Amino acid sequence: MARVPQIALLPDGRRLHLQDGPIDLVVEASGPAESVQAAYQSAARRFTGLLDELCDELPLLRAPARPDGCALHGPVARRMHDAVAPYAADGFITPMAAVAGAVAEAVLAAMVAAAPLDRAYVNNGGDIALHLAPGQSFTVGLVDRPDKPGLFGTTVLTAADGIRGIATSGWRGRSFSLGIADAVTILAAGAADADAAATVVANAVDLPGHPAIARIPAQELQPDSDLGDRPVTRGVGPLHPAEIDGALEAGAAMAEILIARGLIRAAALHLAGETRTVGLDTRTSPQAKSLIHA
Amino acid sequence: MSQPAEKTEDGRIRCDACPVMCYIKPGAAGACDRYANHDGILVRVDPHVVLDRTLQQGGSVVPFNRGGGDWDGKLVRGPETFVTAIGAGTTYPDYKPAPFIVSAEVDGVDMVTVVTEGIFSYCGVKVKVDTDRHLGPERSLVRAQGEPVGHVTTGEYGSQMLSLGGVHHLTGGSKKEGRVTCDTLLELSNGRAVELTIDDGATVIVQAGRPPIVNGGMEERMRVGCGSATIGMFAKQWHGKVDEVVVVDDHITGVLSEHQAGKLLGIPDTGIHMKGRRSTPGRYFQVAQPGTGWGGTDISDPLSILGPFNPKAARPGLTMLMVSTTGEHFAYYVLDDELKPVQRELPAALQQSIARIEENCEPALCTVLFTGGAGGSLRSGVTENPVRLTRSVKQALTYVTCGGAPVYVWPGGGITFMVDVTRVPENAFGYVPTPALVAPIEFTLRLSDYEALEGHMDHVRPLSSLGVDMARRQVPGHRDNPWPFAPEGAKRSHG
Repeated sequence: MARVPQIALLPDGRRLHLQDGPIDLVVEASGPAESVQAAYQSAARRFTGLLDELCDELPLLRAPARPDGCALHGPVARRMHDAVAPYAADGFITPMAAVAGAVAEAVLAAMVAAAPLDRAYVNNGGDIALHLAPGQSFTVGLVDRPDKPGLFGTTVLTAADGIRGIATSGWRGRSFSLGIADAVTILAAGAADADAAATVVANAVDLPGHPAIARIPAQELQPDSDLGDRPVTRGVGPLHPAEIDGALEAGAAMAEILIARGLIRAAALHLAGETRTVGLDTRTSPQAKSLIHA
Repeated sequence: MSQPAEKTEDGRIRCDACPVMCYIKPGAAGACDRYANHDGILVRVDPHVVLDRTLQQGGSVVPFNRGGGDWDGKLVRGPETFVTAIGAGTTYPDYKPAPFIVSAEVDGVDMVTVVTEGIFSYCGVKVKVDTDRHLGPERSLVRAQGEPVGHVTTGEYGSQMLSLGGVHHLTGGSKKEGRVTCDTLLELSNGRAVELTIDDGATVIVQAGRPPIVNGGMEERMRVGCGSATIGMFAKQWHGKVDEVVVVDDHITGVLSEHQAGKLLGIPDTGIHMKGRRSTPGRYFQVAQPGTGWGGTDISDPLSILGPFNPKAARPGLTMLMVSTTGEHFAYYVLDDELKPVQRELPAALQQSIARIEENCEPALCTVLFTGGAGGSLRSGVTENPVRLTRSVKQALTYVTCGGAPVYVWPGGGITFMVDVTRVPENAFGYVPTPALVAPIEFTLRLSDYEALEGHMDHVRPLSSLGVDMARRQVPGHRDNPWPFAPEGAKRSHG
């Protein structure tokens, strides 16, 4: 089958768009023009065949992770496993929970290795790998509903922060969630780490057995989902404010544990219009005033 | 040109568009959300909405062609396709709305469509509820989930009007008021049902294009006219079959024998005595309080609006029909020896006139018009000199659409437009937590005119270039909408 990834500059002429199967990357690098050029060429080269590499080991990637090591071979596959391994002892998780972040990291690594860049990001459907040269910073927008994007705030990440990964997970997003969070955004050292943690924290924002929550076994939606017959959230009805509070509290408690374990740096949790942040301190500024109004 | 994909017994197909090789259930999409199982056929279903004129004219969706063939992989094929703004400004996940400026050759003229999604905090919906029932006093607050989201405005012919949203509810009240208002506007604009309660009034479930449900009862018909108009329309059909007719209406109740139409037919006085305030002969205001009973009044017994018959004109055996303006309520009476009306079965000769009233009542609907104003920053996404866009719209050189649907642009300053949400592709509206609504808006004009108004010429890209690097959803154009590239060729669509 003749299949080549889509590789094209976006209309602004600055950002590179890479798409293959379910992988959809928006890439931007800044620095000297020849460096950016070299980085984009390197990104395109690394991207080509990356999906095939993952699919070669797909059955194992869809199997529960093992806390004690893994039988995977590919570097991206192994990175996925590494990112979810800290959670493997606590319950069901597969390396697929970190696929988007790990892919973003791999493409970013190829870019950074190719040329000196001031800043770069690889955005894989909201799971973002960042590169910051010393002294550089990124302003990052945060969304509260992945299906209806709107910014609720921005946060500035500096090179000294050590945060190189951002990921968002929630039942309204493209991937399935066992929890009810509209979105959980995680800041962590790497994109794969953030991706795995976003899944774990979003799953923890939950009201088990609540009648207003519609859940369907994942396999009924996607027959080959790694989640098997686990019930994934498909609808959240009206919730009492105390219930919203309780569900966010459960998620926030999980995020606190992950921060204490050194797995993530910060988390922002959203449910039914309410927001809870953990570890974000004062860095997040409300976005409302700076929105462009029609 | 479509071939069934590899299929399993339960209707799942196996997608071979990429090595993930998803099994896809009927009606579902694969992991990429780009390919779906549509009745056993693998089709592309991409998120950015483009209207397809071929689909509108009865064509079929473009199937994913496996293993070569005659499809070149492009979704967009010339001016039969119109790119809407839905999804354009939210190339999530990269946050930065980037308007598309697309050119297409239409009938030999280069046309430009500037596509953007506007953030509208100055926006709302005007809701027309076809009912004579009293929904609430003018200026009463309309609430959703207990929060004020709008107010009752003046009644129109056969309809009650609500004004919902607007900047004061969105951003001028409490945080919750703003959020609930935003939710309400979003739900209504996307064609979903919303329950509204009106202070000192009714509870009404409103959904664009559906009958209103007032206090739990579904409204079926609009009144044929006010009570007086109904007398005028049916006087001849009643003449000779009944001595008196009262058409009960909250606005103007009509009385046949006193009405000009009755006089012209030589119908004699009946000695009827109406309560309420007489306007002109045979026309009465305020025969009862507004309500959800007969003809939008609060009455359930129509005799309650009559005083005693005058013995000088009335006689035993005199017949009288009372009917509401929709024909939904009716009763037939004969005066007894004491000149008291006694209800009798409706004679067959009058049944036809009741049926005729019903037949002339149009289906009652809720209609929802989204109203928003395109401000300076949105217009500057189109041109470096925003006021020229406004002028171009006013001069009808630029055609404005909302998700491809025709809009009414208000005269005067700015670009404030209204659009019937049922003509916009589904789920076209979004929101930002400001709170404000995100609505698609497209400006279509000749390339030469675009250049003249200092458009962003360096960003203009040909329609064909959209085929490769953009995710998009292809939907059929709305049958009743004029095709945006040829709006003048359409039948009259509004106004």
